Amino acid sequence: MSGRARRMVALGFAIGCLAASASADIKIAFIDPLSGGGAATGILAQKTHQFYIDGINAAGGLNGEKLVLLSYDNKVNPQESLIQLKRALDEGARYVVQGNGSGVALALTDAVQKYNERNPGKEVVYLNYAAVDPALTNEKCNFWHFRFDADADMKMAALTDVIARDTRIKRVYLINQDYSFGKAVAAAATKMLAEKRPDIKIVGDELHPLQKVNDFSPYVAKIKAAGADTVITGNWSNDMVLLIKAGKDAGMKVDWETYYGGSPGAVTAIGEAGVDTLKQVSEWHRNATPELDASVLAFSARYPGAENEYSYWRAKTMWEMFAAAARKAQSNEPVKVARAMEGMKMPTALGEVEMRADNHQLLQPLYVSTLSRNAKYDSEGTGLGWKTDAKVEAKATALPTTCKMDRPK
Amino acid sequence: MLELVTVSLLNGIVYGLLLFMLSSGLTLIFSMMGVLNFAHASVFMVGAYFSYQLGRWVGFWPALVIAPLLCGLIGMAIERYGLSRVHSRGHVAEILFTFGLAYVIEELVTMGWGRNAVANNVPAAIDFPLFHVFGSTFPAYKGLMMAISVAIFAFLYIALKKTRIGLVIQAALTHPKMVSALGHDVPGVFVLVFAVGSGLAGLAGVIGGFMLLTQPTLAHAIGPIVFVVVVVGGLGSLAGALIASMLIGIVQTFAVAIDYSLLDLFRAAGIAVSRASPFYEVMAIKVATAAPIVPYLLLVLMLILRPRGLLGRREV
Amino acid sequence: MTNGVAAAAKLTASEAPNWRRERRLLAIAVAVLVVLPHVPGLNTDFGRSLLTQMGIAVVFALSFNQLYGQTGLLSFGHAVYFGLGGYAAIHVMRAINHGFPMPVFLVPLAGAAGGLLAGLLFGALTTRRAGTVFALISLGVGELVYAAAFMLPSVFGGEEGITASRTRAPVDFGVNMGSQLDVYYAVMAWVVVAVLAMYAFTRTPVGRMCNAVRDNPERAEFVGYSTPRVRFVAFAVAALFAGLAGGLHAINYEIVGAEAVGAPRSGTVLIMAYIGGASYFSGPILGAVAITWLSSSLSEYTSAWLLYLGIFFIGMILFAPSGLAGLLLMHRPIVRTRGMRCVLAAYAVALIPLVVTATGAVLAIEMAYRLATQPELGTRVRFVGTTVDAASPAPWIAAAVALLGGFALFRATWRVVASAWDRALAQAKA
Repeated sequence: MSGRARRMVALGFAIGCLAASASADIKIAFIDPLSGGGAATGILAQKTHQFYIDGINAAGGLNGEKLVLLSYDNKVNPQESLIQLKRALDEGARYVVQGNGSGVALALTDAVQKYNERNPGKEVVYLNYAAVDPALTNEKCNFWHFRFDADADMKMAALTDVIARDTRIKRVYLINQDYSFGKAVAAAATKMLAEKRPDIKIVGDELHPLQKVNDFSPYVAKIKAAGADTVITGNWSNDMVLLIKAGKDAGMKVDWETYYGGSPGAVTAIGEAGVDTLKQVSEWHRNATPELDASVLAFSARYPGAENEYSYWRAKTMWEMFAAAARKAQSNEPVKVARAMEGMKMPTALGEVEMRADNHQLLQPLYVSTLSRNAKYDSEGTGLGWKTDAKVEAKATALPTTCKMDRPK
Repeated sequence: MLELVTVSLLNGIVYGLLLFMLSSGLTLIFSMMGVLNFAHASVFMVGAYFSYQLGRWVGFWPALVIAPLLCGLIGMAIERYGLSRVHSRGHVAEILFTFGLAYVIEELVTMGWGRNAVANNVPAAIDFPLFHVFGSTFPAYKGLMMAISVAIFAFLYIALKKTRIGLVIQAALTHPKMVSALGHDVPGVFVLVFAVGSGLAGLAGVIGGFMLLTQPTLAHAIGPIVFVVVVVGGLGSLAGALIASMLIGIVQTFAVAIDYSLLDLFRAAGIAVSRASPFYEVMAIKVATAAPIVPYLLLVLMLILRPRGLLGRREV
Repeated sequence: MTNGVAAAAKLTASEAPNWRRERRLLAIAVAVLVVLPHVPGLNTDFGRSLLTQMGIAVVFALSFNQLYGQTGLLSFGHAVYFGLGGYAAIHVMRAINHGFPMPVFLVPLAGAAGGLLAGLLFGALTTRRAGTVFALISLGVGELVYAAAFMLPSVFGGEEGITASRTRAPVDFGVNMGSQLDVYYAVMAWVVVAVLAMYAFTRTPVGRMCNAVRDNPERAEFVGYSTPRVRFVAFAVAALFAGLAGGLHAINYEIVGAEAVGAPRSGTVLIMAYIGGASYFSGPILGAVAITWLSSSLSEYTSAWLLYLGIFFIGMILFAPSGLAGLLLMHRPIVRTRGMRCVLAAYAVALIPLVVTATGAVLAIEMAYRLATQPELGTRVRFVGTTVDAASPAPWIAAAVALLGGFALFRATWRVVASAWDRALAQAKA
């Protein structure tokens, strides 16, 4: 047991002592799945965030303080997330980082707002790096939430632009997870395809339970029976890998238009069958730039192995912007950092990014890419890598918003 | 339509046989000893992990033999050193013991292989299409699983009905005290049954491990359904377990394919239901969404109406 | 099981003429609860939050034990009533947020009502049988309700759950439930009421009949009571208080999701009641407090805490089936004798090899967990003030030696403890 355990025994209720001890560190709570169906992506994200935080600390910290990442396992469960949030707040966290699961994000943004209302002076800021339900920056927006990933509508806009140019696509099947995000993907696909290619027929709109399906063969049978030539899906983590696996096992020949085709294990699962058929929309992929970025190489050196393949470029953007905002505000207080971050423009290796002040959505370049054989950098040691089909510049990804947020005075 | 029905039937049979592989062992244990073994699905999971690890060290075919043997040994140890102490305190204590054991096994597996799913991929030797049906391929490993399942059924059937030890086991099912009085080593038979049951779970784990994802939550994912199969099939009946697992496998697979709801039924009958009516949401539930509920509904109904199960010879 | 009846009988015999003592105990308990959140160490949000969680767990575990310890019905799906009560409560809270004139601190009543309704519904179907059949049915109902929770989004909120605010209320009698302290007092008030009510229930004739049905259903029938009906009443009461606990949960977290009815929660309450000691009324209270504390604080220090909990649970089943309460009450006959000091000394002697064994086991487990689940943190593990390198054989050998050697020594001390007990018991009888 750690040295902390001894203090606990000596003082009886050292839990209180932990909270009472004054510390010059900024505590950042990472609340995401570290076990269960989302563990693969959650653990990878945790390592990525830790990597960039270590980088900031190595460069001297922020305004004289070091960042500390505290991790909490929420099993992609909104109720569990609020329980962990309580723990994190009690342990002194001022920033909350989360991304896996829009259901969780909706619960967290609500809880953070309530907490900030009830505890003026102890506000926390919520940095959302991957939960892309559009509602979070529209009807459910609030001042304390910042999103660093393009929302589901923005991604669908980029994807449908590429689909619209492909005249071979005639019959599309939508299959998504049955929760807020999956439903948002399905709705966006239906709407945007109708606008850009009214001749495309949507032959199926399926919602399956989130992270509960072990075997997707029945769903694959349905897709085949519907005669689809393209499948659009927002599935992530296990759901993506198992769906692709079932599709490959059944020898299904469709184009996969995905949000998370780069989920750990997906490329390995589909293998050769994915060449020229597996596509994804993302803010980065291993061949987005001619050479791999230095931080990607450093990450891979620190965490070798196929399951640790770097994937969260938006985490890099997030921490760079966070550090820039803290320096601009000359303070690590959440309210000040939040004010500094609103409207901030920042150059990155892929282009300039901007944090919109009106709804706290980050605008960054988006890539639509396809799995192919001749890529310079392959994925997961399969010999196959991503090749860019189209790049959408940051400003062009912006969509109108209905957000009306209350700002602190 | 025909394609969907055929493929769904095939998928349903495959899933059903996987369930049978898993529940054959539990039927044996539950029928013989009355022990509701919560750790059965955990042994299945351990079998999957063993097959992954052994597959990396010595290859798939040796793993197919060694992993079930190891699981059988584990079962023997559980019965000999753990369960035998609680037998005298009644079924409730036995259930609680296996319940706690399930927690412990899950954590031990995490301790050994981590929380992430391990890359338990189909070995190349059986990863090819066996045959084509309507343009879909049917992979060879599913065929292997079906063959092993049927072999298990045949083996158990013959062992129980035609061998001496099988007769003793069948007798001990309904009259354990009498069998003991006749001089048979009933506790020894118990250990044997537990070991064989666990070995079967391990064998199911070897194949199931690459059909499903091999991760510490595997036992939780598949455990409850196995109880449904055993109870619905009925105690003491292997054929009942087979029928129940096929029933559940096929019904669940077909249910996913059906997108109709009560609302559609009403619409077909010409009755319009407005959104504002109180049970609109219930009626709008598609059969596909309601699929997960079916096995448990079956379980509860069976226990209330016919606790004996479909072909059981004794009540639970 | 008969221990429970005997113990309860002993309680009645010694306390029936002595209501003053019970009232004094109650007053002390209430005073402690009032002061507790201000004690240094617990006067932080975390401490108060932990105490609130313990209170909710106490009510939930006691309601479970009404079924199990009192009536002999083992249920694997008790969280259904907790969750359904929670959902009822959170919907009422939402109504309050939209203007319904009811103070938030009465919301647990809605939870209790929800639990009761669910209990009446499911109880009517499932209490005809007991034993393994009942356990299986409860498992099935639990899984059924959990699966159904995802099918009706307007009632259960789907994956996202249902949220509400405990501070937006038109009527609150000046009690704004914003801070954790307010929540603590509100929850504890209900906990005291619930515990008293459940205790009172066990003293009523039907409560006694529950015990009788548990011990000998056939005989209870001969006395003239319908066993299924008694079980049904016990079920309804248990569901009511589980729903109340669910309502308290809804207030504390302001969200109720499908896991509130899920199998892990059912499993946890079972472990709490069993570890605490199902044959004593206060057993589940001990169990709930212990497990809540363990799961909250132990998980900070080690990622293997579920393993320790599981081993602890199995150990209790094998060696101490009467639970923590049983272990403590076991000392009652010898408490005032001189032999007690010898027994305590014997415990101290046995404690040392036990600690050595435990240290060896914990060291091995922690190192294995680090290597398997967090390899990126490196192989150096902090352990009781020193750092060990899990990649080198030395700490593993040390752990093995401590484990095996310590256990061997520990076994040797059992004789010492046994003889100390014998002497103490002999003195007690004299």
